[in-house]
Amino acid sequence: MVEHEAYSGLEEALEHWSQNVMENLRKRPERKDRFVNTSGIPLKRLYTPLDTKDMKYMKDAGLPGEYPFTRGVQPTMYRGRFWTMRQYAGFATAEESNRRYKFLLDQGQTGLSVAFDLPTQIGYDSDHEMAIGEVGKVGVAIDSLEDMEALFHGIPLDKVSTSMTINAPAAVLLAMYMAVAEKQGVSSEKLRGTIQNDILKEYSSRGTYIFPPQPSMRIITDILSFCAEQVPLWNTISISGYHIREAGSTAVQEVAFTLANGIAYVDAAVKAGLEVDEFGPRLSFFFNAHLDFLEEIAKYRAARRLWAKIMKERFNAKNPKSMMIRFHTQTAGCTLTAQQPKNNIVRVAFQALAAVLGGTQSLHTNSMDEALCLPSEDAVQIALRTQQLIAYESGVTDTVDPFGGSYYLEALTKEIYERAEAYLEKIDGMGGAVQAIEKGFIQREIQESAYRYQREIERGERVVVGLNRFQVEEERPTNLLRVNPAVRTDQVARLETLRSDRDAPAVEKALSKLRTGAEGNENLMPLLLEAVKTYATLGEICSMLREVFGEYRAASTVG
Amino acid sequence: MKSGKKIRVLAAKPGLDGHDRGIKVLASALMDAGMEVVYTGLRQTPAQIVEAAVQEDVDVIAMSILSGAHDYHFPKVMALLREKGIDDVLVIGGGIIPDEDIPALKESGIAELFGPGTNTEDVVKYIRENIKR
Repeated sequence: MVEHEAYSGLEEALEHWSQNVMENLRKRPERKDRFVNTSGIPLKRLYTPLDTKDMKYMKDAGLPGEYPFTRGVQPTMYRGRFWTMRQYAGFATAEESNRRYKFLLDQGQTGLSVAFDLPTQIGYDSDHEMAIGEVGKVGVAIDSLEDMEALFHGIPLDKVSTSMTINAPAAVLLAMYMAVAEKQGVSSEKLRGTIQNDILKEYSSRGTYIFPPQPSMRIITDILSFCAEQVPLWNTISISGYHIREAGSTAVQEVAFTLANGIAYVDAAVKAGLEVDEFGPRLSFFFNAHLDFLEEIAKYRAARRLWAKIMKERFNAKNPKSMMIRFHTQTAGCTLTAQQPKNNIVRVAFQALAAVLGGTQSLHTNSMDEALCLPSEDAVQIALRTQQLIAYESGVTDTVDPFGGSYYLEALTKEIYERAEAYLEKIDGMGGAVQAIEKGFIQREIQESAYRYQREIERGERVVVGLNRFQVEEERPTNLLRVNPAVRTDQVARLETLRSDRDAPAVEKALSKLRTGAEGNENLMPLLLEAVKTYATLGEICSMLREVFGEYRAASTVG
Repeated sequence: MKSGKKIRVLAAKPGLDGHDRGIKVLASALMDAGMEVVYTGLRQTPAQIVEAAVQEDVDVIAMSILSGAHDYHFPKVMALLREKGIDDVLVIGGGIIPDEDIPALKESGIAELFGPGTNTEDVVKYIRENIKR
């Protein structure tokens, strides 16, 4: 029974109402026999105060800026300032990407987000055999500090925050960024930004791993410890559900597998002797904004509440900042269609709105043409304008967590929280996220969800507008953005000059010191900083570390 | 197609691209349709793919790239197959492949290309109808 007087009579009325509805269903059936969201959560016809009667407001929701942060991590949220509008960009050479960054900053973007090409992400120089066909394609090619200097030329690093999507070689790229800042006369305490540095989801979902889990976790703890002292404003890791979701997981799995990885990082750092409150406040997160509008809003709220509890109760964090999920969001690339690409503008708009209503700290909105090619400048501009429209025109930013208290949203938040927690228990039972990945458990779970989703589309149970319903005959757009294939030739020529011009003995000395450090247990960051300053290349550094640490080989199972 | 024998498919990820949702979904669909599927895993060179195709004695190679490196890897696989005198393997590709790249890829010997939004049943049907042995 609901004790609150305001709801007296509700229970009886609801029963009566339900009977009436059921009778009418014979004449006017609903669209489907069962309504279920992407996480497999059955949805009721109507949510009322009865669905939230067990909610303990202060324990489950609380106030914004306070534990358990369900309603947001800042007390004033977007009344204070909007989220950071951060479009992920980078292609071809450092010079060309530098021009795109300056364009985006001129358009009112408030932070940079660097996309690196695959050879850079996997630690190969542009002249490596494995790099053929890939140089400058999905991001900018960075071979040495020289390229990094060109990438940020004329961009004051004490004025912008920079997010770098870099994982296995994150330590090397951070070292290069610090070296560029030093040349600009900007001290490392002033640097703001993020390295993704989340290797575990690379094994399960994204694929740009280099080393096996154990040395990878060591590099990560080296970064956490070094930055706590030297780069205190830097987000040392961005624990990412985004790619887990893109690989096909459900919303619940996205929360569960992301937080499971988070637990593994905190565990590793604590075992390495770090205090949880030393590095906890600099952990950041990255989530997807998928199609189911209310499920997504509930997902962010559930994730915040669950992580707060984990940090407080499991890891005994004392600093509230260690308990907060501060997160970046990107709209779901996998939901974009190559058919009728303009429809993607609308998809992106409501996905972005869900991220804002879910309290994101920064946001990337996808461009409408991304199922076809790299985004063109026009498409990027509309994507950025979408964020500005939500911020300045929609009104949703004028109060904190405006959907909080919705019977449906609160019930869904609780449901996602509980289902994610159950997954975490299962993963704990396997020995943690590293073991669950090594066993292939997480990969299989994601794969099954991806296949189920595809079957639903193919059976027509899940409608994708323009794809399996409301199709039209259309001309495919032309004039797509292409990366000039000469990028590789240019980059290779540049490497050749660099290798002949630099101080070779200094490079060798720095690399050999790095090797000794890697073989022992010295913190690698100062050694990497020294190495990049001699213009040792990313490939040389990673190849040496490959020799010391070995390489990860994934089991290739399907079905 | 030889009667009574299951169609064997090599599902392959050439290059450094890590997007494997599509190829894995396709692999599951092909298996559900009664085919035998061998998946290479990520980061295969064209030489490794051709080698695996020979070793596994497959009828079909299905490759997927979403990183834009199809213009190098797909034709390279075809060239290596030709070098080995293999002309009875059906090779198809998928991923984010701009329309204007398709003629050159077909010219190189890729039989068909399947883009985003493809129904896996269409791929099954295509393979059954076009298999070369």
